[in-house]
Amino acid sequence: MKRFAVPILFLTLCLAGILVARIEPLFLATEMSIRFGRNSLLVLALIIPILAGLGLNFGITIGAMAGQIAAILIVHWGIGGLPGFALAALVALPIAVVFGWLVGWLFNMAKGREMITGLIAGYFANGIYQFVFLFLAGTLIPFRNETMILPQGFGLRNTIDLTPIQYALDDLLPVKLPIFGGNVRIPVATILVVLAFCLAIVAFFRTKLGQELKAMGQDAHVAAIAGIPVDRNRITATILSTVLGAWGQLLFLQNMGTMNTYNSHEQVGMFAIAALLVSGATVKKATVAQALIGTILFHTLFVVSPLAGKALAGDAQIGEYFRVFVAYAVITLALVLHAWQGRRRPGSTAPA
Amino acid sequence: MIAARWGDLVRGMGVPRLIIVAFLLVLFSVAAGTGMNLASLISQSVDRIARNGILVLALLPAIQGGLGLNFGLPLGILCGLVGCVITINFGVAGWTGFAMATFLGSLLAVPIGWVYGWLLNRTRGQEMMVGTYIGFAMVSLMSIFWLLAPFRNPRLVWAIGGKGLRTTLTLNENFEKILDKFLQIRIGDLVLPTGALLYFGLICFLVWIFFRTRAGLSISAAGDNPRFARASGIQDSRTRIQAAMLTTVLGAAGIVAFSQSYGFVQLYQAPLMMAFPAVACILIGGASVVRASIRNVIIGTFLFQTILTIALPVTSQVIQGDVSETARLVIQNGMILYALTRRGDRT
Repeated sequence: MKRFAVPILFLTLCLAGILVARIEPLFLATEMSIRFGRNSLLVLALIIPILAGLGLNFGITIGAMAGQIAAILIVHWGIGGLPGFALAALVALPIAVVFGWLVGWLFNMAKGREMITGLIAGYFANGIYQFVFLFLAGTLIPFRNETMILPQGFGLRNTIDLTPIQYALDDLLPVKLPIFGGNVRIPVATILVVLAFCLAIVAFFRTKLGQELKAMGQDAHVAAIAGIPVDRNRITATILSTVLGAWGQLLFLQNMGTMNTYNSHEQVGMFAIAALLVSGATVKKATVAQALIGTILFHTLFVVSPLAGKALAGDAQIGEYFRVFVAYAVITLALVLHAWQGRRRPGSTAPA
Repeated sequence: MIAARWGDLVRGMGVPRLIIVAFLLVLFSVAAGTGMNLASLISQSVDRIARNGILVLALLPAIQGGLGLNFGLPLGILCGLVGCVITINFGVAGWTGFAMATFLGSLLAVPIGWVYGWLLNRTRGQEMMVGTYIGFAMVSLMSIFWLLAPFRNPRLVWAIGGKGLRTTLTLNENFEKILDKFLQIRIGDLVLPTGALLYFGLICFLVWIFFRTRAGLSISAAGDNPRFARASGIQDSRTRIQAAMLTTVLGAAGIVAFSQSYGFVQLYQAPLMMAFPAVACILIGGASVVRASIRNVIIGTFLFQTILTIALPVTSQVIQGDVSETARLVIQNGMILYALTRRGDRT
């Protein structure tokens, strides 16, 4: 029962919000089908490092940046539709592998502090990203494209139009579900891709490498003695997470159809992590099902809270702050519980 | 001979700090070369050093007490902001206003710091992460508070609707620049905020003295080596709470000093990311995750705030666009990453 305390609390919050704001089922179903498709892969990307004992990968933002770099490139090359989207995924792969390797290397240098290191690494990478696309693109890096470059002749514009690849995957198998007195568009192909990744992650943990990662997650020290190359595997786990993060961001962007060049990735880590945690996942344990349920719960609250805030206090801003507070509070709670329990593990220094 | 000395210098200062000093020198030579007004640049830099100094100093007790880098600094900042808001609400002006805001903020920070320290005791090993997110969560919770707070003073609330505090409150009728203008020195374009510098110096001195008293030495000793401290009768769970209270109280006092110099009180999301530049300052000054001194605070604040102040006007002479914000992100977070990944600093 204790396991379900957090998701039940969340479900109650969501339901209360829905009742208070009198939200139409059709509106909610439409929103959720869109949001589930575009967010769940980013949440799934967190699972591998958790089970490998690295904790919550706050460095997922860096994976999202790799996805955005790929998106910028295919828009620049002018390739749209499904081929454009597929090419973006292909281009993002090597970039994400390199980024993931670097982040994994950092994590190995900062053992025991992976989460804070990942968070700061995300901020740092954001600075480098800004420098490259705001100052180097069009000056040192040849980049001629009037629709993408700022009027000053260099630096990318703040928003990049992704209409060429918008709905490339979402509308591949167009299905409209006639429920709640309307038509709810279901992005079937996107959901299938997400489910394929779910299966792949489950299958991955049955392989030798997957088993090794799980063993490391239980006790890195014992795993090392058993001959598992812990440091190398930690880097592999980070690379896999970063690649999934890049693809997750591409799924997100193909649905949005527009990209905030310098902000789209910033909140990725926080929202994905909060979504995973509301399902009852912890810093050390998470399942594919939790990722999917968490995405639905968190995004329901995300849609509902500004409306509920407006209905309750006549001010949507309150709900807006409330949902941000909830995201932060959920992460805080999970971290506190993790460290609290971690203290009681044998081997850790007992308090006086 | 020279090579050996150079090696010593690199070891003594660390590569990142050398890069930063070099960057600062380049900025100043560009400024001099392009005929910029150096006096005004220096005045602005000194202003910013005095403005941010105490917020950087606030991190020192946490590092010394074994809590690591206090990314939970917004907790203290929020206490100080509450102090400022109450002071403005009652229209208390001048030195009394400044003292009242500092006193109320610090008073509120005592119990908040105690709870914070208690929680950090229960989350040993993850203090920095827990601190970061408690700070984030409290800033959002307080944002809701600012919207709903029962203040009616028209100087505080939005003109339309009469409810909810404004995003920025002006201090011009209270204690705007009251420290800065005290004994202010003017030589041509060079303006020095003597009072603010003296105040920063005074607080530094008090903290320095404190860490030489029995209580302060216990905090450092327990932070340095909890087992050894326990063997000599110091309970580190208690000294850690004291360190957390001290860092939170200094954070509250720090933001009041910040606001008097800035002239505005910034509410809502403004405190969200304030811990990170402060942390970068103390690290640039040569502190590590486990060790810091007043010298680190002063040198670090001087180097980083000077760069932040002059980077924008200087670089805009050479290139178009505002590179300073990007440079800040890279320097600030690069410095924190460097400190987090340094081996041999493990507690």
